Amino acid sequence: MTEAAPRPPSEAERQTVVTIGRRRFLAFLASAPALVVATQLFDGARPHPAEAAAPSPPTMEELWDISQFIVVASQPTMPLVRLEIGPDGIARLDLPRVEMGQGITTSVAMMIAEDLEVPLDHVKVTIADARPELMFNQMTAGSCTLRTFQVPIQVMAATAKAQMKSAAAQRWGVPVGALAVKDGVVSGPGGRRATYGELAEAAALISPEAVTVQPKAVADYTIIGRPTRRVDTREIVTGAKQFSMDRMPTKAKPAMVRRPPTMKGTLKSINNAEAVKAMPGVRAVVPIPTGVGVVADTFEQAREACNALDVTFGPGPVDHESNETILEQLRAKLAGFDPAPGGATQVVEAEFDFAPVNHASLEVECAVADVRPDGADLWSGFQAPILAQQHIALELGLPQDKVKAHVVPPGSGFGRRVFYDAAIEAAQISKAAGMPVRLMWPRADDFRHGRMRPQQVHRFRAVLAGNEVVQFQQQVAAVATDFRQGLGEILTYAAAAAPFDAKQTIGNDMFSQGVFTTMVSSPYVFGGYKKHLNELANGMSTASYRSVPCQPARGAEEVMVDEVAAALNLDPVAFRLQWLKDDRTKAVLQKAAELAQWGKSMPAGFAQGVGIHIESRCHTACVVELDGRNPNNPQVTRAVMAVDVGLPVNPMTIETQMMGGIAEAISLTLRAGLHFQDGLPLEASYHHYKWLRMADFPKDTQIFVFPAGDHPIGGIGEVGMAAPTGAIANAYARATGIKPRSFPIVFPQNFDPYPPGYLPPPSYKSH
Amino acid sequence: MSENPVSTHSFVLNGRAVSVEAPGDLPLLWVLRDILGVTGPKYGCGINICKACTCLLDGKEAITTCSFPLARAEGHEITTIEGLAQGDKLHPVQEAWIEHDVPQCGYCQPGWIMATVALLEQHKQPTDEQIDAMENVCRCGTYFRIRQAIHDAAARMA
Repeated sequence: MTEAAPRPPSEAERQTVVTIGRRRFLAFLASAPALVVATQLFDGARPHPAEAAAPSPPTMEELWDISQFIVVASQPTMPLVRLEIGPDGIARLDLPRVEMGQGITTSVAMMIAEDLEVPLDHVKVTIADARPELMFNQMTAGSCTLRTFQVPIQVMAATAKAQMKSAAAQRWGVPVGALAVKDGVVSGPGGRRATYGELAEAAALISPEAVTVQPKAVADYTIIGRPTRRVDTREIVTGAKQFSMDRMPTKAKPAMVRRPPTMKGTLKSINNAEAVKAMPGVRAVVPIPTGVGVVADTFEQAREACNALDVTFGPGPVDHESNETILEQLRAKLAGFDPAPGGATQVVEAEFDFAPVNHASLEVECAVADVRPDGADLWSGFQAPILAQQHIALELGLPQDKVKAHVVPPGSGFGRRVFYDAAIEAAQISKAAGMPVRLMWPRADDFRHGRMRPQQVHRFRAVLAGNEVVQFQQQVAAVATDFRQGLGEILTYAAAAAPFDAKQTIGNDMFSQGVFTTMVSSPYVFGGYKKHLNELANGMSTASYRSVPCQPARGAEEVMVDEVAAALNLDPVAFRLQWLKDDRTKAVLQKAAELAQWGKSMPAGFAQGVGIHIESRCHTACVVELDGRNPNNPQVTRAVMAVDVGLPVNPMTIETQMMGGIAEAISLTLRAGLHFQDGLPLEASYHHYKWLRMADFPKDTQIFVFPAGDHPIGGIGEVGMAAPTGAIANAYARATGIKPRSFPIVFPQNFDPYPPGYLPPPSYKSH
Repeated sequence: MSENPVSTHSFVLNGRAVSVEAPGDLPLLWVLRDILGVTGPKYGCGINICKACTCLLDGKEAITTCSFPLARAEGHEITTIEGLAQGDKLHPVQEAWIEHDVPQCGYCQPGWIMATVALLEQHKQPTDEQIDAMENVCRCGTYFRIRQAIHDAAARMA
């Protein structure tokens, strides 16, 4: 007897429709023998509507936050992202986002495991190289990886599970309803069992029209919401994890760049190229637009060659600028306040300024480039690999498809790696020197020539009538943030899909003001609420930094809120609870205040401080205790945070992201900043730039993660900075009696800076 | 560099004898990474500030290899993060790091782990003050869990 071979399904049969909430998705299958599932959104995702809280109308951020842009812009190409289950039973997803320490490879694997019903170790999430066909769907930014992939993963995993069950039902001649799935094994009557691996080939031939796709209910989750250790820790603690500079360590030659004495100074001439080329270990000396590239056998020889180069540089755009001169220009840029409404009884005003800061990633800017006449391969910690690939192809004069941008998890990103300056330079040097190179910015260059979070000033005015705030304004002026890294394209695309009221604002204030208004929330009922950003475009090298405007803008606002409460003789927590718009914010504040025993008596010189913040659909509150006995050496001694992210996927990761936010807040509020002076930051390493150390992080730290509620999933990567910023500054004011106005609060220039252009040697070398 | 010509230097790396032809004043970090291709020790500053390149000298003393000349390794035993586990059996410090889910980006962690192994050689039960004195930089801010993992590792090794 001959059995007919299974007929491959038609295109129509390969499709099925899944509805989740208001959104409908098309799931379809492709290619045997592995089961491959993808999704297509064909019904626009609508933003979560904020509840109107009169008399302060909903603000832009509440209607349509920046993550929503990325979510929407990612959807059209989502069918190109596929979940594959092979004969080995392993589910694989090549994720078009980069792991930078935020734990997404673990969290995404948890989401897949949940709806696929497999153990976590049956899921492998890898990081995709640049895939230009993904268009806007390969930028890691905006704290929205899980938010973007939640529904597509639910659909893909639940569809695949249904196909597996259907394949087993066919094989055994039993109804699907008689089958159960657990840990990647389908079981049926009579003790029948089949693994996903055994079923994968048959499942790929099953018509999805015939199956019921039902993503799991939150109440049935067994993996999502359970504290789970990262999947990649073992390779980190054994040294096996490869960062960019660990690729081809002995084949690609070390490269550095001799840079100008001022930011973005221009190369005029190299006066001793032959002498430097003759130095031990030096392979090439090549001019590039940003300086002089040196290739050597070791990075130490490259460093010595850079120092030995005699180069004439022309001026840069900000040679005569310093923090002080820029602050004056920023103040002049501040827009004026609207007139106060009638009936005002009190006005509270304050101005806060923030020094520029450096991302200070432990892994400096770096990239590996292997440029050949007919193609090129680049390895770097790309947050925006498609744009990098396009730009490098243009730079090299190669077709885009001949340039491979390999995405390597970086030694932290924090926004800096949306740009790819090191990759461009590595490509230029590899091409000119005719050999593969590993280009690294030495630490001094990373601090001095790296893109900064721009210096900024925030001016507030609160108008009070009796015990109420009837008008609240925040005018901001900042050195322009460079957004030419792909976010601009996403904003442009997604603006068309935005709701009508959002479209108006976005059209008016594209990019900077757009980013500002889609990230900076206005969480209080403070009457007429107005926030605005003006920028000073002076040519400095800048980039977005974790939370972009939020840490300074919302941190300062939280200080302002304390000062308004003080003007009304009200307790800062009670005042906030009275005027916060959202019950979720009130709940996290109450929880943090309770855990921290808000209001307890503190020894002289010590104080508590409080702050709240909402960002990327995530609500946070923080209470700290601060030792301010020496105002020049404040120490945070305790930190308590409560966080409600809607759906907590991995509470263990949420906790680390909040701790990362506390670390940022301690550093940026108290001690870490750049002294930009005469065209260059003076800081050149961590003994100058006061990023916090072990002794500065509170030994008493507690993070409370709210369980899943009836709210959409939010983001956690950036939200953790602003609440502790407000809390620390407020505690400092209460402990010392000194109102913080300039950040970082303790910011003396008390070190001998290295000469411009100089790359310091290890201490045992005299030169 | 002229006074430091290339010469042969021999030492034991992760239990294996190695010989390197290089100037004696070349920092050990670049000998390990650029010449021997051992990439666990990381560059973070090059001037003994951030401690990301920390390795062990003779199994117990923490050295920052960015500021340690090759000539001083002559005849000694150097252990990098790659040489800490015994085959598949992790060192208790590595186990504690996994238990407490310490790393975020992971870049500074090899340096922390090697510095912790050396700290526990010196102080079997380190106090919080002794841990506070560690100068390694963690940009992601994993300090809280590092402290927990150090205390846990001390307990595992007791």
